Amino acid sequence: MLEIKNLVKRYGKGAPVLKDLNLSVEGEQLMSIIGSSGAGKSTLLRCVNRLVEPTSGSITLNGTDFTTLGPKELRRARRRVGMVFQSFNLVDRLSVMENVQSGRLGYISTWAAVTRRYPAEDIERAFELMERVGIAQYADKRADELSGGERQRVGVVRALMQRPEILLADEPTASLDPKTSEQIMSLLRDLARELNLPVIINIHNVTEAKEYSDRIVGMRYGRIIFDDKPAALDAAQMDEIYAGTPSEDRQEMGAIA
Amino acid sequence: MTTQTVWRKPPFIKSPAVRWVFYIAVAAYVIGTIATLPIDWERTAQGLTRAQRIFSGAFPPSFERSGLLISGFMESLKIAILATTLGMILSVPLAFMAARNISPKPVYLLGRGTFILARSFHPVIVAIIFVKAVGFGPLAGALTLTVYSIGFVAKLLAERIEEIDFGQVEAMRSVGASFFSTMVYAILPQIMPRLVGLGIYQLDSNLRASAVVGIVGAGGIGATLANAFGRYDYDFALAITMVIVGAILISEAVSGMIRKRMT
Repeated sequence: MLEIKNLVKRYGKGAPVLKDLNLSVEGEQLMSIIGSSGAGKSTLLRCVNRLVEPTSGSITLNGTDFTTLGPKELRRARRRVGMVFQSFNLVDRLSVMENVQSGRLGYISTWAAVTRRYPAEDIERAFELMERVGIAQYADKRADELSGGERQRVGVVRALMQRPEILLADEPTASLDPKTSEQIMSLLRDLARELNLPVIINIHNVTEAKEYSDRIVGMRYGRIIFDDKPAALDAAQMDEIYAGTPSEDRQEMGAIA
Repeated sequence: MTTQTVWRKPPFIKSPAVRWVFYIAVAAYVIGTIATLPIDWERTAQGLTRAQRIFSGAFPPSFERSGLLISGFMESLKIAILATTLGMILSVPLAFMAARNISPKPVYLLGRGTFILARSFHPVIVAIIFVKAVGFGPLAGALTLTVYSIGFVAKLLAERIEEIDFGQVEAMRSVGASFFSTMVYAILPQIMPRLVGLGIYQLDSNLRASAVVGIVGAGGIGATLANAFGRYDYDFALAITMVIVGAILISEAVSGMIRKRMT
């Protein structure tokens, strides 16, 4: 279970991007975060594994408070959080297998990583997962030879290799065409169920979000203003999520300016 | 009102007065310099006949002492290979240190400072210092060219590291990889083509430079060439020069071929 409490993130001296945010994600569910650009979706996701350093508040994953960890403990803790990126972030010049195995870098020794001597059970799991998402035949291909959808599958498998307790996906389908995008969304939904894995997805496509998620969170200007089942999201609430600056923040911004 | 139909590219210096003063000043300086240069035309004319003597003495080139030529050339080759290998090994960590996007500020400044120092002297000056320090011979040459290689390779490699796609680094951080694993997986593959290209280019360049630093006593074919000139063996000197040019042409062709295959 992921528990976010009173999370604040402020870049430099500007107004906070995340304003005292509370959120908890339990068990196996696929949760989508929607909101316009600049609402703080990406920052929220990156605060969880501290790719972005939170300003204050706490983030607890199954009993571990991530915000207080030192560098070494943070590295160990990050193994428990899988992440999938919008631009895939694969190592283009390495093979698909090396990319997939890079998900294990937090577990294996640096020497094993450098010499590519991966443990037998990791290789077995890699082939199982690649088979599951349909990219096993590409194991020896270079990552940049694959199509967008295939590359995102490599990204998903890399994250799953960590045996994560939660999967974060930062706009995983934004660089893909509509058809591939739906395939990746349904893959994420199915994997969440098969592996009992909670998945948080930042997404711009509201139709997809409604179709594939168990729960939708709407963000605007660093606050959560909607949190319910997809069916409960109606036009009025959509307008509110994607509307301009809310009145309370408008005053705040006026005070700064 | 009609729409404007004439457009000129804005001049580099906006004010016409400043622009013309600048042009005239440059022209005046160039003319003044040529007029006051101490060129003694009489001596130049004498020199021409001397040059003619040297060139006629150089033909035909003499390969009689080819043993000396080959051993000098092999020494140059060894110097170049040793200096390139050593230079590359030292350049990689230095480049990582000197990349702004992955190094903390003090380490960055230390790395930058090191190769700025290595770059600030021409190889000939470095060679003179090393010849004084470790004596005549190939060791001085190898050390000189190592310093030369570091100044060049580390700088260009550091700039390549600053241009990498940082998303891959972020991905490796997100899986909990150590700093070293992150470098090997996320950064090294991205800079590898540049690293290999620089290595080949540097070998090429070191072979060339080894002929120059040899003249001030740092061993190799340059030393053989300097000796030949010193003894007025112009025909042998021409033979040496031809071998150097030939070797450069061959290495140019080979490195071009390898680089084409790399990308």
